[in-house]
Amino acid sequence: MTQESGPSSAAGAASARATTGGAGEALIRAELDKRYGANQVLTGARLTVRRGTVHALVGENGAGKSTLVKILAGVVHGDGGALEIAGGAVELATWERRAARAAGIGIVQQHGASAGALSVVENAVLGIEPLRGPGIVELGPAASALRALGERIGLPVEPWVKAERLPLGAAQRAEIVAALHQGAKLLILDEPTAVLTPVEVDGLLATLRRLAAEGTAIVLVTHKLDEVRAVADEVTVLRAGKTVAVFAASRDAAPGDAAPGSRLDVAAIARAMVGTDLPAAPAAVAPAADARTVLELSGVSVGSELRAIDLAVRAGEIVGVAGVDGNGQRELALAIAGLVKSTGEIRIGGQLATRASPAARFALGLAHIPEDRQHGGLWLDATIADNLALGRADVTGRFRIDRARVLAHAATQIAELDIRPAAPTAVVRSLSGGNQQKVVIGRELSRRGLSCVLAAQPTRGVDLGAVVRIHDRLRGAAAAGAGVLVISADLDELLALCHRLVVVLRGRIVGERAGEALRDAGARNALGALMTGAEAA
Amino acid sequence: MTTPHAPGRPPDAREPGPDPVWVRLPQAFRIPFSGARREIQTAVIGLLVSIAIGSVMMLIVGKAPGQVWWVMLSETAGDPSLMGQALYRATGIMLTGLAVALPLEAGLFNIGGEAQVTAGVVACALVGTALPAGTPAAIAIPLCLLAAAASGGLIGGAIGGLRVARGAHEVITSIMLNSIVASFALYLGNRVMFRNGTTTGASIVSGAELPQLGLGGSSANASIFVAVLAVAVVWWLRAQTTWGLAWRAVGQSPEAARTAGISVGKVRIAVMTAAGALAGLAAANFVMGNKHAFEEGLGRGTGFAGISVALLGRMHPVGVVLAALVLGFLSSGGVAVSTYVPKELVEVLQPVVVLAVAAAVPLVRRMEAAA
Repeated sequence: MTQESGPSSAAGAASARATTGGAGEALIRAELDKRYGANQVLTGARLTVRRGTVHALVGENGAGKSTLVKILAGVVHGDGGALEIAGGAVELATWERRAARAAGIGIVQQHGASAGALSVVENAVLGIEPLRGPGIVELGPAASALRALGERIGLPVEPWVKAERLPLGAAQRAEIVAALHQGAKLLILDEPTAVLTPVEVDGLLATLRRLAAEGTAIVLVTHKLDEVRAVADEVTVLRAGKTVAVFAASRDAAPGDAAPGSRLDVAAIARAMVGTDLPAAPAAVAPAADARTVLELSGVSVGSELRAIDLAVRAGEIVGVAGVDGNGQRELALAIAGLVKSTGEIRIGGQLATRASPAARFALGLAHIPEDRQHGGLWLDATIADNLALGRADVTGRFRIDRARVLAHAATQIAELDIRPAAPTAVVRSLSGGNQQKVVIGRELSRRGLSCVLAAQPTRGVDLGAVVRIHDRLRGAAAAGAGVLVISADLDELLALCHRLVVVLRGRIVGERAGEALRDAGARNALGALMTGAEAA
Repeated sequence: MTTPHAPGRPPDAREPGPDPVWVRLPQAFRIPFSGARREIQTAVIGLLVSIAIGSVMMLIVGKAPGQVWWVMLSETAGDPSLMGQALYRATGIMLTGLAVALPLEAGLFNIGGEAQVTAGVVACALVGTALPAGTPAAIAIPLCLLAAAASGGLIGGAIGGLRVARGAHEVITSIMLNSIVASFALYLGNRVMFRNGTTTGASIVSGAELPQLGLGGSSANASIFVAVLAVAVVWWLRAQTTWGLAWRAVGQSPEAARTAGISVGKVRIAVMTAAGALAGLAAANFVMGNKHAFEEGLGRGTGFAGISVALLGRMHPVGVVLAALVLGFLSSGGVAVSTYVPKELVEVLQPVVVLAVAAAVPLVRRMEAAA
């Protein structure tokens, strides 16, 4: 599948030679496929990284960024495609972490990968321990080398501290220094700034520039465009597992330029990230202006993840919460559902519900479609019928289970949502993602006295046919008089469904658009910019 | 796919690591109950492997396995007293087996059976001796059963409560409570119950005694009906009620149960209380049906044996009954062949069954995947 018809030496892994080519020469060329179960994560995603550059890999959540870099680093196996390192083809089937490390690829993963009970130096030499005699590990020289290296590049580390005792920022620093100590010529950082304070972010970005100037190639996975602007020489944009655009700072930039990214067209990158299709006209009719408020949040906070949210949803209205994943959407949903402690006031159907149990909130007319059907939405080892009846005393009966009613309820939902297989006794684990999601939708939207629907990522990882049915059911719920709050990382989905959109960033609502402002051509760009923090509201 | 992250997280917050071994361990034994065939296969393979291991051990001590097994079968089956002892043994481990199986289905590993049985024995004997002589059976028997169940339930509930309120793992607290309760029972025995110099307490009133089944003068008694009734009730709750649905949902998918509005904490406490009560009821077998008094060490080992029963019975109430009968028979069989092979050889088979069944779980799963 590779476009280059270079000498494909079947020699396989770790054939990368330690050539010391100048900046600009391609170190990595990749075109990769990956599938997780029924979910095609990467489809011929291309990435070319040159020596001495900072290459930003951007895209919305679920675009496949992490998967792509994990395949490069040999953490995850690729299904197909081609990978070339320093001009030598690599056998993907046998490409694993050890080979990648030997080829000079270092990775600092999103959640860290240190063995907590080991010290920083022990982690750094794990698997390649320097020996003084048979089985006797000698750590002293490695520790001194780590300390010296850290000081030289401006990332001071303390080699003898146990990794688990380090705060996240320091742990990440230690991992970067360890990777360089192991001789990384390509350093991959997967969303490194997520765990850092703003000052630490600035320091890290400056260090990345310095490393690039010294000849290290850097892949920075991010969805924050201000970081891209600050450090990137080149940018690859992934959307839905495909490379949709590649940008480069103008060629005349000197290799040691402090901020080559300032010459990148950030607006174009934002456009490429969120897509450019025009939103479909919403089928739902806008609610009356005097419709009663069915869900009201005033000053709702959850830890530092969600800060003083004010939000109201009226009967018949579909409100969308847009934002890049991890900006407080999960906490917002859990707070409304009563699955996490929150401060402030939450009213469901006009009743104060801040301290109510999840069951009590359902009684007030809430329906909750959780964001993760595998962990929260469904009891995977039970049947469709049992899942549709879980927690639904109105279906099962209070104590003795009314089997006939449970099966009838299942048959109704299976028919209405076209759940396949159409067997109430099929085990949910065996269903496709789309059909699993339909089961969640069926249980939640068939609740009686529905006043408010909370739908978190209702169509994530779901096939197109199921998306249409799920959207129809959500619109139907609004048309029947419920207020619907849709939280989604998919801007297209929100634009297609919602009457009104709010954008969250770092736990706050940073913007709102409604009505005509959602339909005009610039809406998507403006929202994309808000979501990625590239533009103030 | 990028996994979500939280930009606003304080810098010292750490991602939770993988579950510790004591969380993963019970999961290794638990497989979703979706096919009776799979469970029966697992149990039969486990049993056959145990018999094979037992045979090897017999060879090592220089006996012909075929002969020993045949003697065990024929002698035990032909001797009413040995069969009665098998039933006596089965009664106790049926209840403690249920006390392990029920929480396992709810995602909890109750190895506090020892404490729960001992608490039941002490409470049953205390109430039985405190009742005025001549109390009619219609009053004495329910009162003693209630005392046994309540005290066992109290221990079980405490274990569940500690898990829910404080996050203390039930395996750890169970082990601790096992020794605490054993010591407390001995203390109580020495201070109030033991009669001059013996380790036996006063007899319970005759009205609280359960009749013997009379099998060759064995200890088998009417408490086996209590055990079978308990099994039937658990089976009915499990299959026919929203409680059963809730405890199985909590066991297999606690997040889904919580999201659907089920209070996971309440279910866990209720299940552990019920399990403790079931184990406590085993006192009926020992105190009311056999010894008619508190004795040091009475019922000891029954709680742990329940783990074997639950695993061999594949956590299903009906399976628990069958497993209890099989292991009860094995226990009598050990006596029957004690002239051929050391008694310990047969005793060792019970833990071997546990290991063999645990090993058979992934095997059957693989067989299923291959089919």
